[in-house]
Amino acid sequence: MSENQAAVSAENPQFYLTEDHHPENSTMLGFWIYLMSDCLMFAVLFATYAVLGRNYAAGPAPADLFDLQLVAINTAMLLFSSITYGFAMLRMEKGDKSGTLMWLAITGLFGLAFLGIELYEFSHLIHEGAGPQRSAFLSAFFTLVGTHGLHVTFGSIWLVTLMVQVAKHGLIEANRRRLMCLSMFWHFLDVIWIGVFSLVYLIGVLG
Amino acid sequence: MFTNSNLLEFIFGRLSWDSLAFTHEPILLVTFIGVVLGGLAVVGAISYFRLWGYLWNEWFTSVDHKKIGIMYVILSLVMLLRGFADAVMMRTQQAMAFGANEGYLPPSHYDQIFTAHGVIMIFFFAMPIVTGVMNFVVPLQIGARDVSFPFLNNFSFWMTAAGAAIIMLSLFVGEFARTGWLAYPPLSGADYSPGVGVDYYIWGLQVAGVGTTLSGINLIATIVKMRAPGMTMMKMPIFTWTSLCTNVLIVASFPILTATLVLLTLDRYAGTNFFTNDLGGNPMMYVNLIWIWGHPEVYILILPAFGIFSEIVSTFSGKRLFGYASMVYATVVITILSYLVWLHHFFTMGSGASVNAFFGITTMIISIPTGAKIFNWLFTMYRGRIRYEVPMLWTIGFMVTFVIGGMTGVMLAVPPADFVLHNSLFLIAHFHNVIIGGVVFGLLAGVNFWFPKAFGYKLDPFWGKMSFWFWLIGFYFAFMPLYVLGLMGVTRRVNHFEDPSLQIWFVIAAFGAFLIALGIGSFLIQLVVSYLKREELRDLTGDPWNARTLEWSTSSPPPEYNYAFTPVIHDHDSWYDMKRRGYVRPLEGFKPIHMPKGTGTGVILSGLSVAFAVGMIWYMWWLAALAFLGIIVVSIAHTFNYKRDYYIPAETVVETENARTKQLAEQA
Repeated sequence: MSENQAAVSAENPQFYLTEDHHPENSTMLGFWIYLMSDCLMFAVLFATYAVLGRNYAAGPAPADLFDLQLVAINTAMLLFSSITYGFAMLRMEKGDKSGTLMWLAITGLFGLAFLGIELYEFSHLIHEGAGPQRSAFLSAFFTLVGTHGLHVTFGSIWLVTLMVQVAKHGLIEANRRRLMCLSMFWHFLDVIWIGVFSLVYLIGVLG
Repeated sequence: MFTNSNLLEFIFGRLSWDSLAFTHEPILLVTFIGVVLGGLAVVGAISYFRLWGYLWNEWFTSVDHKKIGIMYVILSLVMLLRGFADAVMMRTQQAMAFGANEGYLPPSHYDQIFTAHGVIMIFFFAMPIVTGVMNFVVPLQIGARDVSFPFLNNFSFWMTAAGAAIIMLSLFVGEFARTGWLAYPPLSGADYSPGVGVDYYIWGLQVAGVGTTLSGINLIATIVKMRAPGMTMMKMPIFTWTSLCTNVLIVASFPILTATLVLLTLDRYAGTNFFTNDLGGNPMMYVNLIWIWGHPEVYILILPAFGIFSEIVSTFSGKRLFGYASMVYATVVITILSYLVWLHHFFTMGSGASVNAFFGITTMIISIPTGAKIFNWLFTMYRGRIRYEVPMLWTIGFMVTFVIGGMTGVMLAVPPADFVLHNSLFLIAHFHNVIIGGVVFGLLAGVNFWFPKAFGYKLDPFWGKMSFWFWLIGFYFAFMPLYVLGLMGVTRRVNHFEDPSLQIWFVIAAFGAFLIALGIGSFLIQLVVSYLKREELRDLTGDPWNARTLEWSTSSPPPEYNYAFTPVIHDHDSWYDMKRRGYVRPLEGFKPIHMPKGTGTGVILSGLSVAFAVGMIWYMWWLAALAFLGIIVVSIAHTFNYKRDYYIPAETVVETENARTKQLAEQA
């Protein structure tokens, strides 16, 4: 029993802290683990594309459909948005609120440009009769690229929310942590896109 | 302009009076009346005793990991009753439906019942009870005051509850899937299952899956970041180790289920061709993906049970766990291997000899770390001073039963044998053998073990023993006949038989189900009797079993903040170490304690998720769109709340701790 003081041993170990103990903040780790779980969802979509991506069902193949120039512009939009997000984080480190907000706004514009071009591409494909119902290849293509686009959409909504919060409360601890999380999310989507660009578009056009 | 019928279709989608299934099925009608009366009685009682405010403030909106853990366990027990009712119906049907007798369940109903039984038992009984026990025990075992993300924890619970609500709704409104618990396409595709059953399945699992994944992330972060000073990885209690591995498995497998179900959803709603028979679709892709989630899933369930047995064996043998390090390594090895065996679920689907051989061998290899664990428990008991309390009985029952299930598992792992046994009742007997003998026995042992910690009084041992013996004997009566039938070639999911010589086995199995019903009944009686005798069973010491890990060093039930001072750990049996070396409980110097605040956002988001799911299932697009918008708005609004914590004033801490000091003094 804890109250039994008879058994006092020679050594006198410490069994509790008398001072406040604050465990490290776990948000970064937690968010990182979340990103890895998200990564697995993309892994499933990539695997599905790898298995079904050549099942054209006598329909169009990637080489007939993809416009590499358009996709290159689109890729540039997303990569630039990652760089500008990086600039926003640098301003945040300096404690420069308006600089941070400006770079976040630019990031958001690049993100919207990316989404606009993607939507144009999708509508163009559907208009040509190459919609997601046409073949397993197109189902897998639309789902993989569309899921990425959906992530960028939610990232943009989050970005706007954070801009309002930074404008309202400034670069306080909580907001800096949130900006770090969105930063990881945004760069993560970039990495996924590089996979999409290489495996779907480049290899697809090669045939 | 809308005509009248267009307007109705817009509002109600596919829903019509005919969808209310209970109106033309006597069994459902009686159930429905029972549920309505029972529900009214509960609501009436809560209102009569004016408990709504208490429930809302102290439980529903609480972010306290202990209360959330208890709510998970209550949810799981309610769902156990539903899942078991399905089991009894199947056993009764199969015991009577021979020759001219068609039984009382037509195929369309029988198919829904076996699907619902599997889905409910895995997703809404086993998963919540495992998550609940981990939620309750892990922070206490590692000396933390809560989990890493307390709000997320509350939200996770409510999403799980929302998934359960969606599944329960299908009992009365519409129908449930008739596809088996994994909903293989093309049967589950739009062509062969045009009704709402598969949609109920999809949305129920997707909503609950959000909760499961987030709670996995939460508990990993908690275990990695919030351990008390001194608790290195190899000083963590073994249950915390198995919980860590389980949550790693959850985070690394549930996203696969989510993505796979999204693809099935797109096939059903958007006309894509992932798993269809034409236009390049490939149903085998689904079977592979679902089992890449499904096999880790069974280890998600069994690993915490292994952890519970380890704690119980060492406590009730009065010894250190034999081979702590080998237990940890065995757990980690099982975690990794669980990803390399999924194909053994479909050896017969034509992957070829080399692939089957690879997966057969990896499957057999898993029995090595598992066997090591069994020996560790045996050696812990060897020369121990064993106390046959109820948790220990469950543990011994498990060791005998699980070894049988493990051996039949190795038989199934041999591909040529599997070609004979695939989809037979032998398989059914095998997985019930390991899930009941492992997971259910383990969690019931855990509930008996930690109940005094949660509520401050022990569970009544007499009814606990009744429950144990009925369960154990009932299990053998219910499932050994299925092994025999499986070897005779009887396949699963059949609601009528021609060969009368088989009937006796089904009658024996039904008798076993009856015994298990008595076991469940005894457990419920145990809860009631223990509550009535709570003063007699009260635990004032906080350590009713003379146990070894940290959670037993605080009071039963623990105060909201768990530990007034953060503990410092020197050994993996830290409480045993403290007792041995003359730990003196601190009596003064208490400080205000920083704690997270409760919030109703989790309940609201969960309600909106149910509305969204109903909208999607019944094609009420306006409802789905509004609910989805609501989810986004409420989530964003929640992030605008920056004041999420408060301090428990030092006076309150002093008061609580003094009350305990007095209690302990009276005891002595």
